[in-house]
Parts: sequence; structure tokens; C-alpha cells
Amino acid sequence: MAGNIILEVVTPEKSVVSENAKIVIAPGSLGEFGVLIGHTPFLSTLKVGSLRYIDEDNVERYVFISGGFAETLPDKVTVLAESAERRRDIDIQRAKTSLERAQKRLADISRKEDFDFMRARTSLERALHRMKLAGSRA
Amino acid sequence: MATLNDVKTKIGAVKKTKQITKAMGMVATSKLRGAQKNMDGFRPYAGKFAEVLGSLAEKAGEGASPLLVAREEVKKINIVLCTSDRGLCGGFNVNLITAANKFLNELPEQEIDISFTNFGKKGRDWCRKNKIEIDSENIGIIGAKFGFNVALTAGQKLVDEFLDGTYDEVYVVFSEYISMAKQIPTIKQILPIPPIETAEDEEVTDKPYQAEHICEPSPGELLGDLLPRHVYVQIYSALLETSTSEHAARMAAMDNATNACNDMIDSLTLAYNKARQSAITSELMDIVGGAEALKG
Repeated sequence: MAGNIILEVVTPEKSVVSENAKIVIAPGSLGEFGVLIGHTPFLSTLKVGSLRYIDEDNVERYVFISGGFAETLPDKVTVLAESAERRRDIDIQRAKTSLERAQKRLADISRKEDFDFMRARTSLERALHRMKLAGSRA
Repeated sequence: MATLNDVKTKIGAVKKTKQITKAMGMVATSKLRGAQKNMDGFRPYAGKFAEVLGSLAEKAGEGASPLLVAREEVKKINIVLCTSDRGLCGGFNVNLITAANKFLNELPEQEIDISFTNFGKKGRDWCRKNKIEIDSENIGIIGAKFGFNVALTAGQKLVDEFLDGTYDEVYVVFSEYISMAKQIPTIKQILPIPPIETAEDEEVTDKPYQAEHICEPSPGELLGDLLPRHVYVQIYSALLETSTSEHAARMAAMDNATNACNDMIDSLTLAYNKARQSAITSELMDIVGGAEALKG
């Protein structure tokens, strides 16, 4: 590897990650993609999921991303997400309650095109991803 | 003339008012700090977002999304009015409402329906009082701690309503935070999205920006995904700016009030001392007069 790539994960509320990484693997909406230094400029939307990267000390780190998009430049990856959390910051309790709430909502709602249905479904998706990621914490 | 006791009570009252205004000023100062922090936190996101959107919009060309197309006939307008929930912040809300009102008056004299999306109690009350249609109201957001999801929910609703033709144009009225002493009521069109400025007039970054991106999915689809987000970002930034401005305005207003209290206390103390002095003088005159009478 020729060097490190700068990874920045920002949400409207704050900057979540800003550090050097050896490789960044992000959940693109058309499939996961990995970025090393020297990548061609690349723009992709992201789906709900987890972003992985290996930091300078060779530790693999995980960040939860709730959709957004990523801009890749040869020396830098910028992820703009609506919300993002490092794995250790995930609030499992909150994810659990929102999971239950979403499940209950989905059970109630019959019309599938409904706005609330969509909301409940994305909320369910977010909660599941959060729990999965937090649960893999060894 | 007021009696000695009256003046004394009055001084006490003003002193208590001063304590309150001072405390409110201090609360506003610390909240202002929090609001400024939120704004600073948002800046990297907003900056990057504008940059990416700008380069993308250039590529996708005009009319790439229905959100960009201006309607030929404008029949219904929605105005997102951001005001504070609470008063005691000087001319803050009045300025915002005046700006909105002026905007309404300047609209061409055709049949245009207006409705408001209110953030903040003061603007809502004004709409109610003037019997203006209120589409939705959001209380307890401005001036408090809120997240991006607030802007997201409101923005989604507006985008949906714009697309299904409920509204032909959407504007936001908010208070732009310039400095501690200066906040300007501003009106911005958010839908249809006005031509996006490319980052040219911004400060030049240290490296030339590489605009040739590979896009996934296609630039058009990407733009379709980003443009609604642009609306949320605009709303979120308007809410942040208004919150920060509210605290700054309240701080200034309370500072003025505290100073006015000080002035009042000074002049009342002067009046009190004068009254006391004249009371003492007349008492002395009495005693001296009595003693003289006894001697004689």
C-alpha cells in the first residue's frame, strides 16, 4: 500500500470520523465498494449499513451509516450521512425500542404505499443494522 | 412628590427586575454558545454538500429534476416562517414577521393562495391573528436542541407537496446570524430549487477541484437523490441560524434591559436621597424652631 487515505464522516450535527485509513469499505447503494489511496474520483449514494475501515494501527473499525452519499478523491473519502455513529457509540437500548416500535407500526399499517409505512420500514432497517453492528462488538 | 417609602419600594422592584434580566441574559449567552457550536458542527457538512451538488448540477444540466423546474403559473405558495417560541428578545420576531408581511405585500396582485409552515410560536400566533392559513406548526424547536430529523420531516413533507402540485413555490423566512450584534431577516426560495451556484465565488481551495467523477448510479439519479436533501439542508440551516439569532437577540435585549435598570436605580436613588435629605432638613427646622420658641 502506497499510503493512507483520509477518511471523513460528517453528519449535519457533527464530524464523526476524521482520520487516516489504509482502506475504506463503504455500503454503496449499488453494492459495497472499497477504496484505497489513488482511487479515481467517484461519487456514490450510500444505503443504510456499516462502513468499515482499517486505521493506521491496523485495527479494523466500524461506523454505522444511515444512508447518504460518499465522495471519493484520490487522497480522501468524504462521507456525508444523515446520521452516523462509531460502533462503540451505538445506543443498543434505543435501537431496540425503535425496532419494537417499527415492528408494531408495520403490523398495524395495512396500506403499503403509505408514507408512514415507508418511514417505519426505514426505521426498522436502521434499528436492525445498528443492533447487528453493536452486537458484533466482541 | 412620592414619599420616601414609595421610592424605596420602587428601587427594590427595579433591582429585582434587574436580577431577572441579568439571569436571562446569562442563560441566553450560554445557549448562544451551544447554538454556535451546532452551527459550527453543521458547516463542514453544508460546505461539502454544496461543493458536490454544484459540480453535479453542472454536469446534469438544466431540467434534470422536477424540483429544479419553475412553474409557469404560481397559484399557491408556502412560506416557512421561522420565529422564536418566546418573547423578550427585542425586535427579533417583529422583524421576521415584518419581513414576511412585506414579502406577501409585494406579491403580484393575482389570486395567489398563501399558507404558512410555522416554526415557532410567535409566527404561528401572528398567522392565527391575521387569519392566514397554517399548513403545519412546529413548536419547541427553535431555541432548543434539535436534530437534523426535524428538518428532514418538514422538508420531506414540503418536497412531496411541491411534487404533487399542492404548492408551486416554497420560501423560507429566517433570521440570518451575522454576528452577536447583527441578525438580518432573510427570505430564500427553496422550491423550486434556484440555480445552484457552483463553488467558483467561494474561496479557492488549495487544490484544483477534480470535477470528473464516476457516478454511481448515474449523475441524474444521484442528483435526484441529492436535491431533496438540499432542501432539508436549507431548512436545517435556516433553523440553526434562527436559533442562534434568537439567543443573540435575547442576549442583546437583556443587556439593554439590565443597563436600563441600572439607570433607573441610579435616578431613583438620587430621588430617594433628595427626599430623605429634605425630610431631615424639615425635621431639623422643626426642632430648631421649637427650641427657639421655648427660649423666647
